[in-house]
Amino acid sequence: MTLFSSPALTAAGLRKAFGPLVVLDDIDLEVPAGTVFSLLGPNGAGKTTTVQILSTLIPADAGQVYVAGHDLRREPDLIRAAIGVTGQFSAVDNLLTGQENLILMADLHHLDRRVGRRRAAELLDQFDLVDAAKKTVATYSGGMRRRLDLAMTLVGDPGIIFLDEPTTGLDPRSRRSMWQIIRDLVAGGVTIFLTTQHLEEADKVADRIAVLDQGKLVAEGTADQLKALIPGAHVRLQFADASGLESAARTLGAVSRHDDGLVLQVPNDGSVRSLKALLDRLADDSIEVDGLSVHTPDLDDVFLAVTGHSRNEEVRIG
Amino acid sequence: MSTLSYAAKDSATMLRRNLRHALRYPSMTVSVVGMPIIMLLLFVDVFGGAMSSSLAGASNNATTYIDAAYINAGYINYVVPGILVMTVGSGSMPTAVAVCTDMTEGIVARFRTMAISRASILTGHVVGSMIQTMVSVGLVVGVSLLMGFRPTADPVRWIVAITVLALLALALTWLAVALGLVTKTPEAASNVVLPLFLLPFISSAFVPLATMPRGVRWFAQYQPFTPIIDTLRGLLMGAPIGKSAVIAVAWCVCIALAGYLWARTVFNRGPAH
Ligand SMILES: Nc1ncnc2c1ncn2[C@@H]1O[C@H](COP(=O)(O)OP(=O)(O)OP(=O)(O)O)[C@@H](O)[C@H]1O
Ligand SMILES: [Mg+2]
Repeated sequence: MTLFSSPALTAAGLRKAFGPLVVLDDIDLEVPAGTVFSLLGPNGAGKTTTVQILSTLIPADAGQVYVAGHDLRREPDLIRAAIGVTGQFSAVDNLLTGQENLILMADLHHLDRRVGRRRAAELLDQFDLVDAAKKTVATYSGGMRRRLDLAMTLVGDPGIIFLDEPTTGLDPRSRRSMWQIIRDLVAGGVTIFLTTQHLEEADKVADRIAVLDQGKLVAEGTADQLKALIPGAHVRLQFADASGLESAARTLGAVSRHDDGLVLQVPNDGSVRSLKALLDRLADDSIEVDGLSVHTPDLDDVFLAVTGHSRNEEVRIG
Repeated sequence: MSTLSYAAKDSATMLRRNLRHALRYPSMTVSVVGMPIIMLLLFVDVFGGAMSSSLAGASNNATTYIDAAYINAGYINYVVPGILVMTVGSGSMPTAVAVCTDMTEGIVARFRTMAISRASILTGHVVGSMIQTMVSVGLVVGVSLLMGFRPTADPVRWIVAITVLALLALALTWLAVALGLVTKTPEAASNVVLPLFLLPFISSAFVPLATMPRGVRWFAQYQPFTPIIDTLRGLLMGAPIGKSAVIAVAWCVCIALAGYLWARTVFNRGPAH
């Protein structure tokens, strides 16, 4: 990323409502060129809506958006020429074969026939679809369809790519290979706008992360900045009874305690050495510990902290 | 390249896509040709005898213009123009279903985020359907010739007749595209275009208006298919055409325009959710 490069995407005051339901309420975004930006949010947070607006599919109610330097409202076609979109729901032609789908994209990008075929062959190879190239997409597995979907997005070599939950429904191996593809694209200078519900995913691939919840951006920053918002690594000690809890709290000094659950939360980096030190101190005072779990902060904690509810909780809508 | 030639190129790409669908999954296309041919067999071979005697009776009646001579030459000569119109009507079924399927699948959302001519998506469907429908019409003409259809038209009249059928195909295709865009499921789309196939039954397709009960006759007289069928019958069999031609063309142009504007409005409104 060069210091003075203009951002690939900016949005200011973005708003969108569906009838009485306000989905995006004054959102500001800025994505520097050549970086991965991840929009994180639970079901119904408005991730897909944001992608649909930024990718010219649906209009915003208000807001100033520039993508690839073009005004979203006035020059949508110039934006379309610069972007590629892999939506949340598969956007492949089920009645055609994988190869035909890719060639269809090449034709729509007005690539020369020979160039188009070569590009299709490259992508089939890159996305491990060579064996399935001549089969109709209706027979593809979910993961193959997802890969084809992304391959189709890449036919025109877009400079900015929107990926709406690209790894949902993929097995761990495919997920990892998707992350690698994203990294390779970024290494090639592409800007990625990625939505996900997987905090681990944002942590793994994104340069910057924004957390969207109930129409607002509730946190934004690098993964480390977000993690800094919440308590550091700690160990949770579970006790069988209140007296155990009491004596451990006395031994360990200032720790946070949850008397209801008979749990003590002790700052600890979770390394074997410091764990042993902790357990030795408890053993010296003959304190019985019922259970122990090490907790290193991840974005799940961030999520919990900034949205006030776990990501698995149903979000009330409307 | 200019915008216009890009638009033409994109439309050709979309057309190739639609024709490939039709060739790969021909069951729908086959039924478009199959239904009119079944009707032809049914009406000519099964009901044919009864139909021609009742028509002969009707033609003795002063209120009808049916030429007894050509009715006696065979009921098939009376019924084929109506069957051809039905062929065009049933061609709207795969169009509406294909458009609706397209809209419910993600691929059109993808097209909408690409820098392509938007119109090409619908143009591809329309041109593809027109080609399929006109091929079906050709097949039905072939079958009816084999079954004893003996048109009196010279080549010029044939060309005019084909033009009228093509105009009707254009009109019904745009209407079917609009209906395919507003329906939510492919099943609903196929139901909603059914009247285009059924309306010819209450027209001059199978029996002259004069033989119909009053209320039905009134409906048959003023619905669009009757003047279109009468025009074709005049062109192919030499029956008098009169005002039918003007009314037929007016109906086709109106339906085509309405269908086109409707389809365009719905499509430009954005992705259905
Ligand atoms: N076209 C629409 N009409 C009405 N409501 C809509 C429409 N599209 C989205 N919504 C609503 O807007 C809200 C946000 O939807 P959106 O699809 O953007 O969420 P999301 O963050 O992508 O969720 P998920 O993780 O489930 O994909 C939801 O409450 C949804 O019901
Ligand atoms: Mg979504």
